[in-house]
Amino acid sequence: MVKPEVIKVIDYTVDVAVIGGGPAGLAAAVSAHEHGAKGVVVIDRNSWLGGILPQCIHDGFGVEETGTSMTGPEYAEKYIEMAEKQGIDIMKETMVLQFNGKREITAVNKNGLHKIKASAIVLAMGCREKTRWNVMIPGDRPSGIYTAGVAQAFINLYNIMPGKNVIILGSGDVGLIMARRLKFEGANVLGVVEILPYASGLPRNVVQCLEDYDIPLFLGHTITCIDGKERLEQVTIAQVDGEMNIISGTEKKIECDTLLLSLGLIPENELANNIGIEIDNITGGPTVNQYLETTLSGVFACGNCLQVYDTVDVLATDAKNAGKSAAKNSSIQKKDKKIITKIVPGKGVRYVVPQIISEPGKVHLTLRVKKPGESSVLHMVAGDKEILKKRLEWVNPANMIGIDVDIPHDIMASTQNLEVMLGDR
Amino acid sequence: MKNFQVAVIGGGVIGSAIARELSKYKLDVAIFEMGSDVASGASKANSGVIHSGINSPTSSLKARFCIEGNKMFQSLANELGFPLQWVGKYVIAKNEEEVRDLERLKKVGMNNNVPGLEIKNGPDVKKKEPNVSCFKALWVPTAGIALPYEFTIALAENAAENNVRFFLETKVTDLKKQKNLFLIKTNNGDFQAEVIINAAGLNCREVVSMIEEPDFQVYPCRGEYLVLDKNYSSLINSMMYPVPVEDLGVLGVHITPTIEGNILLGPSAEFIDDPYDKRTTNETMNNLFLEAREIIPSLPDKAVINAYSGIRCKLASPESGCWADYRIEESKNMPGFINLLGIESPGLTAAPAIAKEIIKMISHLIELKKKNSFKSRRHRRKRFSEMSAEEQSNLIKKDERWGRIVCRCEHVTEAEVIEALSNPLGARVLSSVKYRCRAGMGRCQGGFCTQHIVRIMEEHFNMDVADMRLKSPNSNLFYGKTRGNQSD
Repeated sequence: MVKPEVIKVIDYTVDVAVIGGGPAGLAAAVSAHEHGAKGVVVIDRNSWLGGILPQCIHDGFGVEETGTSMTGPEYAEKYIEMAEKQGIDIMKETMVLQFNGKREITAVNKNGLHKIKASAIVLAMGCREKTRWNVMIPGDRPSGIYTAGVAQAFINLYNIMPGKNVIILGSGDVGLIMARRLKFEGANVLGVVEILPYASGLPRNVVQCLEDYDIPLFLGHTITCIDGKERLEQVTIAQVDGEMNIISGTEKKIECDTLLLSLGLIPENELANNIGIEIDNITGGPTVNQYLETTLSGVFACGNCLQVYDTVDVLATDAKNAGKSAAKNSSIQKKDKKIITKIVPGKGVRYVVPQIISEPGKVHLTLRVKKPGESSVLHMVAGDKEILKKRLEWVNPANMIGIDVDIPHDIMASTQNLEVMLGDR
Repeated sequence: MKNFQVAVIGGGVIGSAIARELSKYKLDVAIFEMGSDVASGASKANSGVIHSGINSPTSSLKARFCIEGNKMFQSLANELGFPLQWVGKYVIAKNEEEVRDLERLKKVGMNNNVPGLEIKNGPDVKKKEPNVSCFKALWVPTAGIALPYEFTIALAENAAENNVRFFLETKVTDLKKQKNLFLIKTNNGDFQAEVIINAAGLNCREVVSMIEEPDFQVYPCRGEYLVLDKNYSSLINSMMYPVPVEDLGVLGVHITPTIEGNILLGPSAEFIDDPYDKRTTNETMNNLFLEAREIIPSLPDKAVINAYSGIRCKLASPESGCWADYRIEESKNMPGFINLLGIESPGLTAAPAIAKEIIKMISHLIELKKKNSFKSRRHRRKRFSEMSAEEQSNLIKKDERWGRIVCRCEHVTEAEVIEALSNPLGARVLSSVKYRCRAGMGRCQGGFCTQHIVRIMEEHFNMDVADMRLKSPNSNLFYGKTRGNQSD
């Protein structure tokens, strides 16, 4: 790889270019190197590596993967060290503006414009937080409304206090963790408001972040109005019915100066979209096959831009597969296009990744259910033929399910759709 | 006490247009704006439409200034460097009955000498606008779009470059006539001026009442808007209007493309008591969708990235038909006190023509001499996102800050944020950055860039985090540093 010089457009040629240096990108890069990729470059727009991890100063990272509980910065450091040891090229403060079908990336940083020609690209751009307008909360537009992740960055990276009297809307994990974090910093956390009848974050976070600190959780409630002409002054919360309609008469005003929004995450796929890579409407990420290859040959996807994960451990494990595929550039699309089978979510299942099976054999599926429930049975069927049946103690939309399945050759040859569903059969 | 010849109250589009026009003359001019930046009220929260003049009765001031203003826009855009596109508009008739409204509009337009008006058949409209549902439509080629805040900022910054003094966060609290001078009391000290221009928009009555008993009422009428993601910019090419809502004296919920590629839905029309009540409401947001879907049935419902409202300054109540003409007049009892009252739509279009009219009125009060040093052109640098690869490379070579992207949605660089914060008006709130270089205006709505802009404010402008604000004097962003940091 050529070292950057200030010329009109700086050219590189690499085996694998990873867009995004968060946990997914780092894991994919390390894995690509381990599987024989010669030139690996990680491109990130921040001045640091690790993506969101450096601001996640709570622990619990790496338990499933390594058996040790680490903080976000510690977990990130582990991968950063590995990448450095392997001699992976890192381009920080570098923004990818676009890439084309020939896998030529245009990126910009303080040295100028760069053109990076890659045999394989791994997309690892992560996700962004939903804003107030994704859920259309009416009212004034004062200061003091932050997404939970932005507030977390201000407190943990910049030592800046975003608020004193705080309401949190949405019980996603970042929101729960921020409730506790703000409490530690002396803020008055007035409650977490969740429209669903159950918390959307991990159960352990509900206990460790709310219950342990007596922070109220208003389930089946939402915010119906925001008041404050300059700084936030109060919000109105109200109960909702089973159809998520506001029950009139249940409105209650709560004085506060800050509203944190933990409404969920949206995979960041502007780059994929611009080049016409197919996006799954449910996951918000690219449609991929079992090698995590997108509909554009030689372009792979992993991490939260593929689907929003619960834990970094599972995310990194999957991302390593993407890195491995990229290193081998095992582009199935170049081979036989005829045998392609789709995996479709059936009853009770919200989505399944991968969405496409392009070769028979062992496949790792990740999926989410629609509603919480107990003792369910997960099935995978091809027409009337059952390929998989697995009993699950309990299911929860907040907990991603990972499952290995062997797809036989004859099924691939004879069917176009594999359905994954919950229920008895 | 600082003495000015002309004091303009209000830094909206009208005040800024007047200030810029005054800056062509050898005059000491001050402009007092209570917000933290110009275009803090209705001037930023409107459709950004350069109207053709088909909607106001012939011989009204609204029609006159709209038509005159429309003709001035292209040369203003060339001088001040703000983008302007003559995209044209369709007024859509859904049925035979509404075609009569089109014919009436066309007739008014022709009386007003609006060129190129044509009633088109639905299939012909469909050819150009495949997503639009329409029976017939009136095509108005001389309607255009601009970004209203960018236009106002361009006027104001050019005025400031030509030595008009801008006093932001300065609210006029009282006015008194003392001999030949007006005494102006503000929260930032007292000033004197020979001529006062009341361009206070919604607050025009409050300003009048400081001098004399107002002979009018203001009826604030709120209009809510929704902003759609740029992903949907290909839905329309031109503006889409329904036939006007006569009984409210407004043009109805229309669908407007913007220069930046977003689409606006709105505005609604609702009379309210509190002129500062700029909330958006659940009911209206839903209605905007329903009404817009009558024109574009395929409008997606998850496309909204922002919502806001602006308040119209109406001089007529719902009971008296909602329609009143502009009042642009010097006080009879108090010479030198010039009032601009009820400047609602098409105020943006009318602004440059109104400014010319005000100059005429002032020329009867003060001797006006053109100054040779007037710089009519305002340099607007291309945005990074608009540049060719070569232009981008060359700039980065000169200054590496052009190579640091701060706003990932809109591809805004650190250099552009610093330039925005260095504006000649001294506006330093987060929204001043947003309205100058678009950082924070994309689909993540500041999720990524806010922390970087805060860092730039700290590092390059020595601002204390406790003094950083979103948009107005009391809209603080933070409560200082965290506990841990204080005990260090």
